[in-house]
Amino acid sequence: MLSDQDRIFTNLYGEHSPGLEAAKKRGAWDGTKFLLEMGRDWIIEEMKASGLRGRGGAGFPTGLKWSFMPKKSDGRPHYLVVNADESEPGTCKDREIMRHDPHLLIEGCMLACCAMGAHACYIYIRGEYVAEKHALQAAVDEAYAARLVGQSNVHDYPFDIYVHHGAGAYICGEETALIESLEGKKGMPRLKPPFPANMGLYGCPTTVNNVESIAVAGTILRRGGAWFAGFGAKNNTGTKLFCVSGHVNKPCNVEEEMGITFRELIDRHCGGMRGGWDNLLCSIPGGSSVPLVPAEQIIDAKMDFDTLRNLGSGLGTAAVIVLDKSADIVSAITRISYFYKHESCGQCTPCREGTGWMWRVMTRMAEGRAQRREIDMLLEVTKQIEGHTICALGDAAAWPIQGLIRHFRPEIERRIDRYSANPHSDPVPMAAE
Amino acid sequence: MTKILVDGTEVDVPAEYTLLQACEAAGAEIPRFCFHERLSIAGNCRMCLVELKGAPKPVASCAYAVKDCRPGPNGEPPEVLTRSGLTKKAREGVMEFLLINHPLDCPICDQGGHCDLQDQAMAYGVDSTRYRENKRAVEEKHIGPLIRTAMNRCIHCTRCVRFLAEVAGVPDLGAIGRGEDMEITSYLEQAMASELQGNAADLCPVGALVHKPQSYNVRPWELNKTESVDVMDAVGSSIRVDTRGREVMQIEPRINEDINEEWISDKTRHCVDGLRMQRLDRPYLRENGRLRPATWSEAFGAIAARVKAADPKRIGAVVGDLAGVEEIFALRELMRALGTPNLDCRQTGAGLDPAHGRASYVFNPTIAGIEGADAILMVGANPRTEASLLNVRIRKRWRMAPLAVGVIGEAVDLTYPSHYIGAGPDSLAALARGEHSFLDTLKAAKAPLIIVGADVEPGVLAAAAKLAGDLGAVTPEWNGFGVLHTAAARVGALDLGFVPGAGGLTFAGMLEAGALDVLFNLGADERDVAPGAFLIYQGTHGDRGASRADVILPGAAYTEKNATYVNLEGRVQAANRAGFPPGDAREDWAILRALSEVLGHRLPFDSLTALRKALYAAHPHLAAVGAVEPGDVAGAVAVLAGLGDSAGGAAFASPVADFYLTNPIARASRVLAECSRLARERAGQAQPLAAAE
Repeated sequence: MLSDQDRIFTNLYGEHSPGLEAAKKRGAWDGTKFLLEMGRDWIIEEMKASGLRGRGGAGFPTGLKWSFMPKKSDGRPHYLVVNADESEPGTCKDREIMRHDPHLLIEGCMLACCAMGAHACYIYIRGEYVAEKHALQAAVDEAYAARLVGQSNVHDYPFDIYVHHGAGAYICGEETALIESLEGKKGMPRLKPPFPANMGLYGCPTTVNNVESIAVAGTILRRGGAWFAGFGAKNNTGTKLFCVSGHVNKPCNVEEEMGITFRELIDRHCGGMRGGWDNLLCSIPGGSSVPLVPAEQIIDAKMDFDTLRNLGSGLGTAAVIVLDKSADIVSAITRISYFYKHESCGQCTPCREGTGWMWRVMTRMAEGRAQRREIDMLLEVTKQIEGHTICALGDAAAWPIQGLIRHFRPEIERRIDRYSANPHSDPVPMAAE
Repeated sequence: MTKILVDGTEVDVPAEYTLLQACEAAGAEIPRFCFHERLSIAGNCRMCLVELKGAPKPVASCAYAVKDCRPGPNGEPPEVLTRSGLTKKAREGVMEFLLINHPLDCPICDQGGHCDLQDQAMAYGVDSTRYRENKRAVEEKHIGPLIRTAMNRCIHCTRCVRFLAEVAGVPDLGAIGRGEDMEITSYLEQAMASELQGNAADLCPVGALVHKPQSYNVRPWELNKTESVDVMDAVGSSIRVDTRGREVMQIEPRINEDINEEWISDKTRHCVDGLRMQRLDRPYLRENGRLRPATWSEAFGAIAARVKAADPKRIGAVVGDLAGVEEIFALRELMRALGTPNLDCRQTGAGLDPAHGRASYVFNPTIAGIEGADAILMVGANPRTEASLLNVRIRKRWRMAPLAVGVIGEAVDLTYPSHYIGAGPDSLAALARGEHSFLDTLKAAKAPLIIVGADVEPGVLAAAAKLAGDLGAVTPEWNGFGVLHTAAARVGALDLGFVPGAGGLTFAGMLEAGALDVLFNLGADERDVAPGAFLIYQGTHGDRGASRADVILPGAAYTEKNATYVNLEGRVQAANRAGFPPGDAREDWAILRALSEVLGHRLPFDSLTALRKALYAAHPHLAAVGAVEPGDVAGAVAVLAGLGDSAGGAAFASPVADFYLTNPIARASRVLAECSRLARERAGQAQPLAAAE
């Protein structure tokens, strides 16, 4: 259990003002000038020492990512882009940061920019986050007014920050699609390589980071990488915002130590399982795109990257979706499948064609209107999509279904058998939508 | 150079090669849909996935560079597997996805037989479908008279979008919608505004975009294919003429890196129906003011009567835009035999004269050479309509690196940005005096290029040549002076010296009332001939020349004869016969040979071979088909510059008033008439162009 003095986001629930004065009282903007003067190498070393892994889902070490930026500019400017396009179903952590602790983010942007030789930062906010955009913009305006940021500021590090409002496409959360969108183009992922660290925004070296990864940077540097690394296990260090939703008594966002067990997370912060622990069916521990983990495996699992990966799932964004036995798991995964079909950008073949196919088969399976052999076919289709696409949306669409078939094949078969045991007239074929 | 293993074969390729290129260098075939070597890389079809040892998942070989591959743990070269199980499975998977929403209507699809999807499904697909859901239905799009859409078949490779945006330079097509609802469309569904749009249908790997004029008419396996050259403009694009029986069914581009790469203009492609309509298929004779069908001997008799009665000084001959070198040669020999100095081929371009050297009237830098230019000045030339494929090359050059283009003439949209300097000779003079900053750009350029329209006054030609000389645009390494011709026959005729002899009348002079008693017109249809002279018209179509004619001799169009054409670069090219002329029409040189006998001046050749022997003896450079004879550019520019600048102040006007209707074949085409109507409508609606930036 994380003690209160070790929390980074001390205004996560909006109990205090998000304004500059209140944020300063909570520790933001404290000694920023000193940290900037320590230089980029020191910042990167501290970040590496902290063991912080990217909070956007993939869990790539943040310090390492920053170190990929060219040490010397070849004439092109460097950019930091903050990915605030938080659209993963179940995830709502960045929203709280932007609403209630925006100055931690702005300060983190400045420090991150210093670490990569950048003097401009773009924050790309999800289209649906209108109130959050206003909140963040107000905080940015406050920072400019207080000369904390800007071309000439009290920190003597020229730094501009822009808040860009997206148009609400899930795919724009993919880093290269986000860059395309920011450039004013259609949000479609780019081919990699070249990676953004070489050719990113406007063809310049760019690093794209999640809001949470950036927002924790100020506190990590102030308190030291070793402090942050003191939480959790090796390779899975630090504190993390968990967004618990679903069939728990009190769904919530909470900052906790990495590696807290699922049971403790739910019992301590969410008022326990609805109907008790025996009622747990399964959990999707990292946002809708990771495979589900059935109750017996998740219940005492540590919530960190490596443990969940070994369970065939992932920590993702730590958006823990809990399902109890009242849930229709096949329908739930069908709905997720529809989401990916709807959000596929349509650029590359496997995802464009495959997501629709999977959703249609899933729709039939949810009713039982299918053949048993189609389960294996569906599994094969997911494998044909996974790893064959330009970005990870194809994988994200495939994994939930793989998880379902891995753990709940008997449930699907039961439905098929029940349906075929009763007489049905075939539905009238309709043109595809 | 970097070593890489492809299926166990080691190849040494440049590091910037993509894996696809490296695999091809090693002889491995990689299937692809979206990749096209002349377009940007999209990497979206995923058909070219290959296994790269060490990579966690298969990589798109079209987009992955050899230099991005990591060597093995002990420094072994990276290894690509194009025949492994993983690669095969990836291809099968992608092919299955492409086919699930494809209508599989091959029997009624025009692409059938030359369809990439069909071929690759055979080679890389599986034998049956597992898809039991409904297929996607997509509405047809209406994008003009040249391309028919069947969007159910679209596989979203975006080749058409990239072609129009990158090569043609018009952002007419794009994709709307997301995921499986993505559609390729022009959104407003208006006709596309490119003169190159037909190529988009060629690029389509499936039957989603097909050529509308010949749709449902041809199957690729029933066509005879003849390689030939185009005569719709002076570029001389390489084409393939496809015939079924006697009839030309379609014209497709051929790859020729020196000229058209692999594109052709819509006029080149869709003049096909013009080859069928309005054809002259028998001789005609004017009696009592009306033309009546006649026999060849009647027609020749009437000509002989008038020619023999006329004073040789009152006989003239003009050559139009589509004539091959052989018939021009035959006509020249006949006219020389008759003893007349009145010869001219310059229907446009009266300022050009072979006496100034060959380099004074050809496009010296060559079309491929444009890629070496770093600043271009256009004087009275609009390459977009006068030589579309040359304009494509300039655009290609502009896309490679910034290129300064200055325009003196009509303010038009060239598809790339340009500095508008002025409308006429005054602006050229002002530029030469240094009153416009573009002169500094030209001076700073290492390889400046001055393109002069063929139809400018001699004084303008001289002024432009003087500017080229002053700029040092002509050096042993760089020929920065070129004339932009618009007619396929012109350079060949100038090479033969088909211009007035001593005391002879010029083209315009011969057309005036009372200038001549007998005028022989070999296919010149762009100018009116004044009443009076006895007009013999030899040509292919019932166009302007035929309606004024007293005798009509039906000739062969460019697809119906073996002929030589010299393009604007001075490149000698051979057009091959794909079909036969209609009815009684004959090959043009043969008509002239037969007529010469009736006139009592029998030409000394009885076959095309004999004619060519005589032609090559007189003009050896015409024997080198495919080659450009290097000329003395510096000398020609000096001669032109020495002619003196006496240009009038009238603004330049392009000889191509309507791109789609520049010659009798194009004017006979219903398809091109429709294109022309749409272009005029568009021009009527268009906002005033901001060509200058």
